[in-house]
Amino acid sequence: MALTLKHLFAVIMLSGAFSLVSAMLFVVMDAVDVAFTEAAVGAGVSTVLMLATMALTVRVQKETKRPIILPLVVVCLVGVLLIYGTLDMPNFGAFDSPAQLHLGSTYLSITYEDMGIPNVVTGILASYRGYDTLGETVVVLTAGLGVILLLSGLKGRKHKE
Amino acid sequence: MDSNFSFIYGHLPYWLFIILMLSGLFIVVSRGNLIKKIVGLNIFQTSVFMFYISIGKMKGGTAPILLDKSADDSAVIYSNPLPHVLILTAIVVGIATTALGLALIIKIREEYDTVEEDDIQKMDQKDLKKYNRNNVLETNS
Repeated sequence: MALTLKHLFAVIMLSGAFSLVSAMLFVVMDAVDVAFTEAAVGAGVSTVLMLATMALTVRVQKETKRPIILPLVVVCLVGVLLIYGTLDMPNFGAFDSPAQLHLGSTYLSITYEDMGIPNVVTGILASYRGYDTLGETVVVLTAGLGVILLLSGLKGRKHKE
Repeated sequence: MDSNFSFIYGHLPYWLFIILMLSGLFIVVSRGNLIKKIVGLNIFQTSVFMFYISIGKMKGGTAPILLDKSADDSAVIYSNPLPHVLILTAIVVGIATTALGLALIIKIREEYDTVEEDDIQKMDQKDLKKYNRNNVLETNS
């Protein structure tokens, strides 16, 4: 997959395809709003951004020999720990899991009375967690400013030297 | 025996998401190319999102969009909307960090003329050696 390919174009296209497939998976798991966002942002915007970066930098990865023993050990260790952590979790799709018993059902029952829109996810996002969404837009603004500041100084030092 | 099977079957999705996450982590740790690192980070992120959404999934449930608005539609099972909201926010923040990382890569390439971590490290060490030598020369003279 993305490990052995040398051409970054193929790697980026595969990552876009991965995002689309994951969007389908989100639909299967009832998260249609998340699937929309993932398809638009993950498969669309981020692929375009990566392609632009590739066009501005390099297209082919250099041949390098890096040791893979240490990364493999780290990854296996993390994996064992995480799988050990899931052993206590309720089964996938269970009705009586802690996640289902508290806030989720409350939101489902009060959103229509409070807001009058049938889409509960939108209701929570825009109203109950409105400040959270405001903070999210601040994050996006900050990231955009950072990108602009980083890229506006292009070729700054090189000319001085 | 039967309970064992249902345990494994009920936890298999989590384990698959964890394996996917680990493949992302492996790309981040083991590959030197910075663009590949970002791709790995995206895979990592998306698998965490999948894990989160899977917690909110209910068997036989449907998307949390109310079908019958006025009456109590207790006959319909809706999946938990709260993880969806959190992940919506997380996706947008994720693209923001990705964009910033990619801008940094472009800047690094301007400075070092490469996006391979090994080469960058080599150049840094060379610079450090030169700097140290100059300092020693200055203190000696």
